[in-house]
Amino acid sequence: MRSKAFKRGLLHGVPIFLGYLAVSFGFGISAVGMGLSIAETVLISMFNLTSAGQMAGAPIIAAGGSFAELAVSQLVINLRYSLMSVSLSQKLDERVRLPHRLLIAFANTDEVFAVSASQDGRVSRAYMYGLALLPILGWTGGTALGAVAGEVLPPIVTASLGVAIYGMFIAIVIPVTRRHLPTAACVLTAVGIGCLFRFVPALSTVSPGFVIIIAAVSASLLLAWLRPIPTEQEKGGGTP
Amino acid sequence: MTIRPQFFLYLLVMAGVTYLIRMLPLVLCKRQIKNRFLLSFLYYMPYAVLAVMTVPAMFFETGSLLSAILSFAVAAVLAFFGKSLLTVAAGACGTVFLTDLILLLIQ
Repeated sequence: MRSKAFKRGLLHGVPIFLGYLAVSFGFGISAVGMGLSIAETVLISMFNLTSAGQMAGAPIIAAGGSFAELAVSQLVINLRYSLMSVSLSQKLDERVRLPHRLLIAFANTDEVFAVSASQDGRVSRAYMYGLALLPILGWTGGTALGAVAGEVLPPIVTASLGVAIYGMFIAIVIPVTRRHLPTAACVLTAVGIGCLFRFVPALSTVSPGFVIIIAAVSASLLLAWLRPIPTEQEKGGGTP
Repeated sequence: MTIRPQFFLYLLVMAGVTYLIRMLPLVLCKRQIKNRFLLSFLYYMPYAVLAVMTVPAMFFETGSLLSAILSFAVAAVLAFFGKSLLTVAAGACGTVFLTDLILLLIQ
């Protein structure tokens, strides 16, 4: 019974594994380009499992930014995971005890959550362990490959591959803005505030981590107030 | 393998915050979040975050402003027409590579 659930989880984890290889490869290249070492880059991926959070945190670490900026940016950017964890807590078999919950929580990325949420009935810990295993390996391994490639490949190639992760962000955001206008408004507002901080001399000294926080939180608060989402929709989108 | 000593502190903060965000609700929460404002905020956040992280930062990440702008445009168009994650990313990468290569060759 247990190994059957574990194997099913493994199987469901394969597409996530493949996607993570590609995304984390892009992160590996970008992070090394920021000045982080291969080892540092791989460790970041191994212990975080989040692409947006890592893309925001890596430059802060590379530039020697404050711990406050790092902590707050991670908190704000990864806040949606708390919602997913609330959902997952309902989905998880109620017999799953604390030690296993502590482990399963680590791997609760967007994709892992999405797959587990789509299962019928409750999910067992065996299933969750199976589901999470390949994604974790893919995320860490892909990062390692990207980090090495970033050190070895010529600049013109790494510059091209470095935008892969931005391409993926675009691939996630644009389709939603097309079908849901309030999201488009939110996106434009956030970008507008971000550009303000970048190009207005008085504001340009604010570090990028805080700019992301201020812009994203302000835009989301505004749209949440002006155009709340109907309560049937619980899931947020996004990348790990 | 170089790892700066202060790196481990950064890693602890970063991974610690991320983990706590994921772990605490899974361990503590017994009920669903019902507050509409909070749910809406949590819905919009990922899109706002990804957007502000991309623009304008992406435009300074490549060898030239032109290749970055073109790459953004190509990616946006591909995404607009619903192409897959990998297609959009590949389109972005390919555009940068081609543009910068051409710029390099015509100089």
